[in-house]
Amino acid sequence: MTQATQQAAAGIAEREREQKQHRIAFVLMAAFFAFGPALIYPVFLMKVMCFALFACAFNLLLGFVGLLSFGHAMFLGMGGYVAAHTAKVWGLTPELAILCGAAVSGVLGLVSGLIAIRRQGIYFAMITLALAQMVYFFCVQAPFTGGEDGIQAVPRGKLFGLIDLSNQLAMYVMVAVIFFSGFLLIYRIIHSPFGQVLKAIRENETRAISLGYDINRYKLLAYVISATLSGVAGATNALVFQLAALNSVHWTMSGEVVLMTLLGGLGTVFGPVVGALVLLAMENYLAQLGAWVTIAQGVIFVICVLTFRRGIVGELMAFFKHWSR
Amino acid sequence: MNWKRSFYAAAVFALATSPTYAQISDGVIKIGVMNDQSGTYADLAGPGSVVAARMAVEDFGAAKKGMKVEVVVADHQNKPEVGSSIARQWYDVDKVDAIVDVPTSSVALAVNQITREKNKVLIVSTGATVDLTGKSCSPNTIHWTYDTWSLANGTGNAVVKNGGDSWFFLTADYAFGHSLEQQTEAVVLKNGGKVMGKVRHPFPSSDMSSFLLQAQTSKAKIIGLANAGADTINAIKQGAEFGIVKSGQQFAGLLVFLTDVHSLGLNVAQGLLLTESFYWDLNDQTRAFSKRFAKLHKGAMPTMGQVGVYSGVLHYLKAIEALKSDQGDKVVAKMKELPTDDAVFGKGWVRQDGRKIHNMYLFEVKKPAESKGAWDYYKLRGTIPAEQAFRPEKEGGCSLVK
Repeated sequence: MTQATQQAAAGIAEREREQKQHRIAFVLMAAFFAFGPALIYPVFLMKVMCFALFACAFNLLLGFVGLLSFGHAMFLGMGGYVAAHTAKVWGLTPELAILCGAAVSGVLGLVSGLIAIRRQGIYFAMITLALAQMVYFFCVQAPFTGGEDGIQAVPRGKLFGLIDLSNQLAMYVMVAVIFFSGFLLIYRIIHSPFGQVLKAIRENETRAISLGYDINRYKLLAYVISATLSGVAGATNALVFQLAALNSVHWTMSGEVVLMTLLGGLGTVFGPVVGALVLLAMENYLAQLGAWVTIAQGVIFVICVLTFRRGIVGELMAFFKHWSR
Repeated sequence: MNWKRSFYAAAVFALATSPTYAQISDGVIKIGVMNDQSGTYADLAGPGSVVAARMAVEDFGAAKKGMKVEVVVADHQNKPEVGSSIARQWYDVDKVDAIVDVPTSSVALAVNQITREKNKVLIVSTGATVDLTGKSCSPNTIHWTYDTWSLANGTGNAVVKNGGDSWFFLTADYAFGHSLEQQTEAVVLKNGGKVMGKVRHPFPSSDMSSFLLQAQTSKAKIIGLANAGADTINAIKQGAEFGIVKSGQQFAGLLVFLTDVHSLGLNVAQGLLLTESFYWDLNDQTRAFSKRFAKLHKGAMPTMGQVGVYSGVLHYLKAIEALKSDQGDKVVAKMKELPTDDAVFGKGWVRQDGRKIHNMYLFEVKKPAESKGAWDYYKLRGTIPAEQAFRPEKEGGCSLVK
């Protein structure tokens, strides 16, 4: 065998092992969300799924195209506001409200993407942050968002006009279906030829251009997909909590999703899900610590950054790789 | 990671359950204090509200009466989603019967909705939005201590009557600031005052200098601060640097609290006019209460939000005692039926729309030379009688008012 074919064979073996790992991880994740409600409060798990989808969408951009957006809260927030408004004021059914939220976030993603992808690195991050701040001020001022008070008492409504979502179980199943569909869609995108090009852009943009790829189109498409899925996450979240409020468009939310992704494992498929779970669990279960919440969070982050720089999932994967040799 | 167990760490009062209270679900009355334990409103409400709730349980004498009352605590971090999931979990899993305090309007409105859905009791003390007794009013909610209307009205009214008849508004440019400005302006005009001008600053804003200069050149006697939190603090601080108060103009805070004055210091805050429903140095009863409170809370005097928690919990327990049941809407109905009386607000009552009624007071912040010691900050400038202190029931548009 020539060296090239040997390398190719090794590559295939590597990919097969990775796929096997992903299958096991996916089954574990599905089992967790299927049996979790028996042990953990379901509303909390629904929130975890919404934010996990948000973090996965963000990771598609940061982990696989290498674009650090610092304004993803605008998609989450707008998705939430639009879904809440359409469900409450226009009386749309939940699936249509979520679609509206996703569509508005997608359009917002297209517009902001057209401006932002012209620059790289810190400039890209700053442009997205600036645009997100503009959206934030819009949400503070616009009459339909209710300013400080947000949109309250959003009806969960009936799915397809048939299934009553005020039933906790029905709501849980719907959120789970949305999360898993979004997750599998992202998985499919990452492992498609399109995803390969995205990774090529991440690794070496100049080389991708020299190979003849119109990288701006790829970047824009990835950006819009990420924005739309973030909108879906925001819209679903708004229906779960029956409210949409300012903190989901605030820049700290953009920071939180960066933390979720980093904590879980940047550029890994399951990392953002784990990151979202860990971060929200801290927010939720440390709530009675009072002033110590922020300190505890800070300490945990420092430990994470110092001891496992690849994130929880990244570190686990490296461990298994080392161990299986 | 057991949520329930960690909450049991919070105080447990009294042991015996007597058969008289058989109507009380699971034999325990659980009161959840939900507020901001670590952020902007931690001084205003925070751990002090928990101290106040426990004092109320003690003063009610739950143990002697054979009632089992427990106080649990959570931090909503000023995020409506966090507040909403805590409320759901408390009602569904932890069998909490009533939630008290809840600063931050968006969180208070979210918990208001859930409380109604689950038929429990919500007593809002530090939350300010007047919608709680207006379009969002609920048969399960009582708004206890103050609201934006009563502050705007109290300050507007009393200041004009005290001679402050020309106003200039410094308004935060969003819905909350606008409504505060409108409410106050209406009161000022009604009392024969005039508005010399107004300026809207972006929210949030760290540099108020150009707005303050406009206020200064307007020569209005009173500069009304239709903003909140850090914006108000910034305006007062920078105003002190410009010598606004020394040159004869006065600030009127429409949403300022004792703890804000405490952190600003008298040097900066002197001359500020504000409305509150409670001050520790009002009478013998409030002084006695506040001294007890301060002993339990690192020497800090209670704010009106914190004493509101005390007063609300006390009345809630009295209603349960009279009713011998803890069913949400029935308890609230009983609370509206019984007159209120306690050490902090004196005598009062609860209206059909869920508004607790008591006096409000206009205070002026003392000059450093006038202050006799720590926490001696206010002098009383006027009393707004209970009947006039709150928005008339008919104007709120609450569906419970017939």
